Amino acid sequence: MTAVADAPPVPDRGRRMLESVGRARELGIVAAIVIVFVVTTVKNSAFAHGDSVQQLLAGASLIALLGAGEALVIISRNVDLSVGSVLGLSAYLVGTLFEHHHGVPIALAFVVGIGVGAACGLVNGILTAVLRVPSLVVTLAALYVIRGITALIVSGHQIDPGSIPGSFQNIGNAAVANVPWLAILVTVIVVGINYAMRTFRPARDLYAIGSNPEAAALAGVPTGRRICVAFMISGALAGLGGVLFISEFATVNSTAGSGYELLVVAAVVVGGVAIFGGSGTVLGAALGALLLNTISQALVAARISAFWNQAITGALLLAAIAFDRFVSLRVNRALRKQGGASHG
Amino acid sequence: MTPTEPAARPAAGPPAGPPMVEMRQVTKSFGAARALADGTIALSAGEAHALLGENGAGKSTLVKILAGVYQPDGGTVLIDGEPVVFAGPAASQAAGISIIYQEPTLFPDLTVAENIFLGRQPLASGRRIDHRRMYRDAAAVFARLGVTIDPRRPARGLSVADQQIVEIAKAISFNARLFVMDEPTAALTSVEVERLFEVVRTLRGQGAAVLFISHRLEEAFTICQRVTVMRDGRFVRTDPIEALTVDAIIRSMVGRDLSGLYPHTGSPVGEPVLQVDRIGRIGVFSDISFTVHAGEIVALAGLVGAGRSEVARAIFGIDKRDTGTVTVRGKRLPPGRPQVAMAAGIGFVPEDRRQQGLVMDLGVDHNVALASLHRLSRFGLIRRSSEGRLAADWGRRLQLKYDRLRNPVWTLSGGNQQKVVLGKWLSREPSLLIIDEPTRGIDVGTKAEVHRLLDELVQSGVAVLMISSELPEVLGMADRILVLHEGRLVRELSRAQADEGSVMRAATGQTEGAVA
Amino acid sequence: MADTQVPVTQTEAAATTTGEPARWARGGLGWRLLLRWEAVLVVLLIASILYGRSVSTHFLSGSNLFFTGLNVGEIAIMALPLTFIVITGEIDLSVASMLGLASTLLGVLYKHGWSIWAAMAAVLVVGALGGALNGVLITRLGLPSIAVTIGTLTLFRGIAEIILKSDSVTGFPIGWTNIGILPIHGTHIAYSVGVFLLLAVVFGIVLHGTPLGRSIYAIGLQAEAAFFAGIRVQRIKFWLYVLSGVICALAGILWTFRFATARYNAGTGLELNVVALVLLGGVSIFGGRGSILGVVLAACVLGSLQEAMTLVNVAPQVQNIVVGALLLVSVAVPNAPELIARVRRRLASSRLPRRGTTEGVSVDINP
Repeated sequence: MTAVADAPPVPDRGRRMLESVGRARELGIVAAIVIVFVVTTVKNSAFAHGDSVQQLLAGASLIALLGAGEALVIISRNVDLSVGSVLGLSAYLVGTLFEHHHGVPIALAFVVGIGVGAACGLVNGILTAVLRVPSLVVTLAALYVIRGITALIVSGHQIDPGSIPGSFQNIGNAAVANVPWLAILVTVIVVGINYAMRTFRPARDLYAIGSNPEAAALAGVPTGRRICVAFMISGALAGLGGVLFISEFATVNSTAGSGYELLVVAAVVVGGVAIFGGSGTVLGAALGALLLNTISQALVAARISAFWNQAITGALLLAAIAFDRFVSLRVNRALRKQGGASHG
Repeated sequence: MTPTEPAARPAAGPPAGPPMVEMRQVTKSFGAARALADGTIALSAGEAHALLGENGAGKSTLVKILAGVYQPDGGTVLIDGEPVVFAGPAASQAAGISIIYQEPTLFPDLTVAENIFLGRQPLASGRRIDHRRMYRDAAAVFARLGVTIDPRRPARGLSVADQQIVEIAKAISFNARLFVMDEPTAALTSVEVERLFEVVRTLRGQGAAVLFISHRLEEAFTICQRVTVMRDGRFVRTDPIEALTVDAIIRSMVGRDLSGLYPHTGSPVGEPVLQVDRIGRIGVFSDISFTVHAGEIVALAGLVGAGRSEVARAIFGIDKRDTGTVTVRGKRLPPGRPQVAMAAGIGFVPEDRRQQGLVMDLGVDHNVALASLHRLSRFGLIRRSSEGRLAADWGRRLQLKYDRLRNPVWTLSGGNQQKVVLGKWLSREPSLLIIDEPTRGIDVGTKAEVHRLLDELVQSGVAVLMISSELPEVLGMADRILVLHEGRLVRELSRAQADEGSVMRAATGQTEGAVA
Repeated sequence: MADTQVPVTQTEAAATTTGEPARWARGGLGWRLLLRWEAVLVVLLIASILYGRSVSTHFLSGSNLFFTGLNVGEIAIMALPLTFIVITGEIDLSVASMLGLASTLLGVLYKHGWSIWAAMAAVLVVGALGGALNGVLITRLGLPSIAVTIGTLTLFRGIAEIILKSDSVTGFPIGWTNIGILPIHGTHIAYSVGVFLLLAVVFGIVLHGTPLGRSIYAIGLQAEAAFFAGIRVQRIKFWLYVLSGVICALAGILWTFRFATARYNAGTGLELNVVALVLLGGVSIFGGRGSILGVVLAACVLGSLQEAMTLVNVAPQVQNIVVGALLLVSVAVPNAPELIARVRRRLASSRLPRRGTTEGVSVDINP
C-alpha cells in the first residue's frame, strides 16, 4: 500500500457534524452545569462557597463512579440494574470487616470491596454472555438476590461507626482546597477509563458489539469475553463505590444503595450514552451524574423546595432523550446526503 | 447491456496456470435435503467470473463452503492447485477468500476506518491504537480501489453502495485474492453499478479474481469473462462469455423452455380498478400516473432503485405520498393508511417475505388470518378454529404443503411461504392485488404455480399490479408494462410492443418514444 | 428440487450461532410451549402451598388467604397491562410512580373537598394522561421505551412529591378504607384481588380471543409484517400505554384505601416487582410470547411463597433471594435445551473465528 489518497476528502458536513456533536454533547453538559451553577449562585451566593462546592463534587462522585461502569455495559447493548445492590453489599462487607478485625489494613478493605463487586459482575456477565439470558432479567434478578443476601447478612445490625478507622474515613470525607479526595479519585478513574475506551482494541470491541452484535460475532470479536469483562468492571466499580460509601458515611444498613440503579442509568443517558449501545463516552456519563447532582443541590440552594428535585430530573431525562434523538436524526440525514464516495 | 453491445467488455479467456481457487464435485446435504450435488467451479487470477443459476440451484451453498461456513460432505476445494480444508471462516479468510454479502454488516457507530480494521487497528507503543495511522491506511486502501470515502466518518448513513465499497476495502485489508460478491447490484442505482464495475476492473487489474453471483444476466455480459451455470445443485457448464447468448444461459439455468412458465396470454379487460394520478414522493419518484383495469396484469418494470416498490408502497399506504391521488373503484384513498386501502379492496404482497410478508414465528393459520382478523371475529371474539378453517381452505386452493397449520411458517419452503402470503391476501377477495417480486426465492415448480394462480386471478376479474426484476417474468405475464427510470414513468409498452430490448432501453433511460 | 431451509443470509447464519434463543423457544401461540411454563408454575404453586401448610396449619385459612392476596393485589393488577406492553416488545417502568401519583392526587383532591367519586374519576383521568405522555414519546417521537419510562418514572414521582411534599392525607371514608381490613363480603378474597381476577379475565379474553390480542402478538414478533397486514402498530402501542396509566392509577386508588393513607412515596421501587411478576409469568422480554394465565399463576406463586416465608419469619428482603432465583429460572427453563447445547459447544472448543488464528473449528450451523 504505497499510494495515498490524492484528492482531499470531499467536504463532509456530516462527519464534522458528528464529531462536533460528540464533543458538543460533553461540552453541552459542562455548559449546562456552569449555567445552573451561575444562575443559582446569583440567587444564593453561598452556593459558590467552598464547602458548597465540596458538597457538590462529593455528592456526584459515587453516582459518577457507578455511571462509568454502567456506561461500559450500556455501550455493549446491555444494562446493569444490580449496581446499587452491589454497592450496598460491598459497603456492608467492608464495614463488617473493620468491625471484626480491628487494625485491618485499608488496602485490604479496598480489595475486598472491589473483589466482591467484580465477582457479582462476573456472575452477571456469565449469565448474560454465555447463557444468553437477557441482561435486564439477569441484573434484575441479581438485584433481588444481592439485596436479599445483604439483608440476610445484616439482619438488622448497623455497622458501628466507631469501628471504622479514621484514616479510612478521611478518604471519603477529607478534601484538598475544597476538592474532596473522593472526587479526585473518581475523576482519575473516570478519565483513565475514558482514555482506555478510545485507545485500546478490546474497548473498541465493546462499541462494535453494541453497534451491531451479529456483525461483531461474525467478525470474530470474542463477544462473550468482552461482555463479561464489561460487567466485571461495572461490578468492580460498584464494589469500589461501596468501599467509598462506608468511608464517607461510616455506617450502612441494608438499604444502602437502593434506588441507585435507576439514578445511575438516568445519569448515563443524560450523559449521552445511547440506550441501545454503540455510542457515548464514560466521561459523558460522569458529567451527566455531576449535572444531575448539581441541579439537585441547586434547587436546595435556590430555596426552590427540594421537592421539585425529582420532577426536574425526570423532565431533564426526557428532554435529553428527545434531544439526542433529534440530533441523531439530523446527523443521519446529513451523513446520508453527504454520500461519501466518488470514483477517481 | 445486451450481449450484442461490445462496449466496455474486458479481455476474454482464462489465463494459464492452475486456477487460483477451484472446487471439484463438492457435495453438501442438510439432513435429507441435498443442497449441492456437484459443485464445480474454477477461478483464475485476474478474471471476473459469473455464477448463474436460479434460486435453489446451490449457488449460496457453494459460496458458503468457499467461505468456510459449511464443511463439504464430499469433493475437493483447491487453492493454487493444492487441496485445502477450511476449518472455519477464519481459515478461508486467511487463504485470501472474502465474501461480500448482499446485506453489508457494518458498525454504524464506528468510523469507516475502524470498520475496516476492527480488531486489527494499527498500534503504537503500549498497545494503544494509532488513530492517525489507521486513517492513513484506510485512505490508502480506498486509493488503491480508486474511490474516495472519508475514513473518519461514521459508517452510519452510508448508502448501500458505499457500504459495499467499505466491505471490499475490508477484504483488501485482509489481502483477499478472491472476492465473492453475492447479488451486489441488487440495491444499487445505475451510477453506483457502474462505479462498482470500475472497482471490479481495478481489482482484476491487481491480479484478484472476482466471483459474481447475480440474477441479472446482462451484468454478466458487461463485466465477466466466464460464466458458470448451475441447476438443481449441480454444475451445468462453464463457458467464456463470448460463446454464450442470454437464451443459451437461460436454457441451461432452467433446463426447459421458457414459455411453459408463463401461462398468461390474455384475459377480458373490464372497468378501471386503480387510478393513479400524478403521485409523487419527494426524492423518490414523481408524476406517476396510470390505470389498472379489472382482468389485466400491469407490470412495473425498471432497474433496482427506479422506484417501483416505492410507488407500490405509496399506493397501498405503507409509505406516505406527497402529491397526487389514488382512486380505487371510484373511491379516493387518503395517503399513508393501509387499512383504508385494504378496506377499498387492495391486497399487497410485499417484496420482503421474511420481514414484511410474514410473521415467521407464527403459525400458518395465524399468518393467513392476519389481514382478516376483524372479518373472522364474531362479537369481537376470534377463535383459532376459524383462523384454521380459513388457512386450510386456502391452503387447499393454493396447494400449500405444510405439516400442521399451527407450525410456524419459518418451517416452510420459500415457495410455500409465498403461498401463505398469497392466501392471506386472496382470502380477502381483493379487487386489486399488488404483488412485488412474486417469485423471488422460489423454486421453479412453485414459480409456475404462482404464475398460473395470477392468471386465474385476472381471468376472474381481479386487477393485478406486478413488480418484478425478472425480465422474462415481466414479458411473459404482463398485459402492459410501465417502465420506470429514476423515479419517473418513462415508457408504457403493450404486450405486443414489449421485448427485452425495448424494456431495457427504457429502464436505462434511453427514450425511444413518449409515455403512452 | 425443493428449497432447503439453509440460512440464506449472513445475518441469519449469525443468529443461530450467536444465539438469540432458538426459534422454537420463541414463537407466539404454540400451546405446547406455553403450557410448559404454566405447568412449571402450577407445580411451583402446589409446592409452595405444601410448604406453607407444613410450616403453619393456618396457611390455607381464610384470613391468611386474605392477607396474602392483599399483599400482592396491586402489583398483580399493574402486571396485567404491562404484560400487553411487554408482549409488543416494549416496557413500562413508570407503573409504580403512577401508583404514587394517583395516591397523592386522590389524597389532595379529597382533602380539598372533592367527593371521593369525583376524586377517583379525576385520578383515573390523570392516569390516562400520564400513559398518553409515555405513549406519545414512544410512538410519536420514537424514543426507546426503557429510557422514556425511566424518565416518566422519575417525573411522576417528582410531581407527586411537589403536590404532597412529605405530608400524608388520612381520613378517607371508612367504607372505602375497609378494603384494607375486610374481604369481599362472604368470601376471603381481598377487594384488590377481586379487581385483579376480574381484570385478568377481561385481559385474558382480549389477549387470547380478540383481533387486538392477535395484533399484540404479531407486533411483538414482527412489527413490520403486522404493519404490512394493516395493523395499526403505533396506535395500538399508544393506547396500551394509556391503558397502563389508567390501571396503575386504579392500583394507586386501591393502595391508598388499603393503607388509609396517601403519600407521595407510595409504592416506591415497586416497578421492579411488577416487571418480575410479568417475567415470572413466562412473558418473554423479547416480546411476542406470554399469556395472562401465566401471570395469574405467577401472582399466586409469588403470593403464596411470600406468605409462607413470612410465616417462617423470613425477612422481606431475604425473600427476594427466592424471587430473584425464580426469575432466572423462568427465563432459563424455556431456553434450557438450547442453552445446554450451546454451553456444551462452547466448553468443547471455540466455534467462531478467533482473531489471529488461522484455524477455527468447524462451524456447525443448523439449517
